Amino acid sequence: MTKLRYERPVIKKLETGMPNKFGTRTEYQPMTHLDGIAVEKLMKDYGSPLFVISEKTIRKTIQKAKKAFKTRYPRVQFAWSYKTNYLNAICSIFHQEGSWAEVVSGFEYDKAISLGVDGKKIIFNGPEKSEEDLTKAIKNDSLIHIDHLDELYTISELAEKQKARPRVAIRVNMDTGVYPMWDRFGFNYENGQAWDAINKIMHSDNMELVGLHCHIGTFMLAPSAYGIAASKLAELALSVQEKYKHEIKYIDLGGGFASKNTLKGAYLPGSDTNPTFDDFAEVISSALLNSNFKQEKLPMLILETGRALIDEAGYLLGSVISNKRSSTGRRNTILDIGVNILFTSFWYDHKITPAQAFTHYSEDTCIYGPLCMNIDVIRESASLPLLNKDDHVVIHNVGAYNMTQWMQFIALRPNVVLIDMDEKPHVIRLRETLDNMNSMEKVPAHLKKFNV
Amino acid sequence: MKLRKNIAVSEAGLLFNPVTGESFSVNPIGIEILNLLREEKTDEQIHSAIMSRYSTDKPTFEKDYQDFIGILKHNNLLESHEETKA
Repeated sequence: MTKLRYERPVIKKLETGMPNKFGTRTEYQPMTHLDGIAVEKLMKDYGSPLFVISEKTIRKTIQKAKKAFKTRYPRVQFAWSYKTNYLNAICSIFHQEGSWAEVVSGFEYDKAISLGVDGKKIIFNGPEKSEEDLTKAIKNDSLIHIDHLDELYTISELAEKQKARPRVAIRVNMDTGVYPMWDRFGFNYENGQAWDAINKIMHSDNMELVGLHCHIGTFMLAPSAYGIAASKLAELALSVQEKYKHEIKYIDLGGGFASKNTLKGAYLPGSDTNPTFDDFAEVISSALLNSNFKQEKLPMLILETGRALIDEAGYLLGSVISNKRSSTGRRNTILDIGVNILFTSFWYDHKITPAQAFTHYSEDTCIYGPLCMNIDVIRESASLPLLNKDDHVVIHNVGAYNMTQWMQFIALRPNVVLIDMDEKPHVIRLRETLDNMNSMEKVPAHLKKFNV
Repeated sequence: MKLRKNIAVSEAGLLFNPVTGESFSVNPIGIEILNLLREEKTDEQIHSAIMSRYSTDKPTFEKDYQDFIGILKHNNLLESHEETKA
């Protein structure tokens, strides 16, 4: 006789109170396949946990973003934000889609060059650029976005030494009505710092001011703030034109567009409420088109959005290690996915779905990671089907920041697999090994022997 | 261990405790266990009945069974030892 599929016995108290019409639903619907490949097969072939990235989703998303802006504004250029995900394969997809590189360190700059990006199409942002980095960037005619006056003077000196005239922009911070206001990077608009920096550049023969840049925040849920930023930068560019008869070639509005993740504490899921590319494109394009630029003199619009372009393409697959109960009777489930590889679980309530079919019975569960650390919590509360040991789960929207901010902490970092346009898997970053880690360490001779 | 006499369990898995007014939902395997408890089956008999019908292993079911019993006790759905003796 064929035995019935086992499900652990469960009894759940029915709460009577005000119905919650916005309550998030339980994720009963299993995600058994990713881009046509069975989750079970992926985990069998590449291990658990496992990052999986969909090339199809990346291309579809960047094309959607480009369409949103290009249908509204005539000159648009995207630059891929390396810090969001700088795996070589991922950067290459964005470069194939026409994105320039936006880097914030010498390491990222060298990564872009090593991938074959034309130096002229690298935007070099960030507060820390060494003389060596700047020398390289000047030689390659990259776009250097100046963060502070010390950098401005260094570039001026290096330009003189190299007998070059680097193309520069300044990063401008400003009040766009959002809290907190990001004012630690660049020069302030309202108090005149930005004008001071512009005057210094315009009176120097060593640099060419080609752009104005800002980056007003992260995970921005108010598109209107970008409208204010675009208006202020447009006004600044027009004032430069009027004062110096000098044309600003581009306005770079940075990144910060929210992805479809749900921020912790949000009442409604991000997939239903967060702004779309069209929402952002509408306010930004309107602000620039409604400014006083002549039609033939409209500056190029550069966008450095990262998170919104890659988050949805990333999945993290994992397995259940155990189910247990807390002292208060709450269900706890331990996964083999820790915060060391899912850094964004500190910010988001990531959507988690089972990778196999279940009945409609569910439990409110706290999801823990495998680390021997109290902070290792993936979700404080999630309504999930009755997961058993060794069952598989899929965590959604993990493409941004996790593969750059992850830590080799307690456990080794897992394989990363890309599923290509033909639904074939490729390992794009190998699982770490003990040898990888030990190869970077040295033990002094007197510590090599011990007796325990 | 025995399920309290006044506890009503529907076939669809709705459990009602008239003393406290609380209602619970129970999944099918849970209903089977509740019915076995009502019939005053021993733990061994319950294990054997479930293992013969479902594809699971002994350690998994034992762990889940203890957890289920714990929740029944927590919600005061089982008769206490003293009540059983009386």
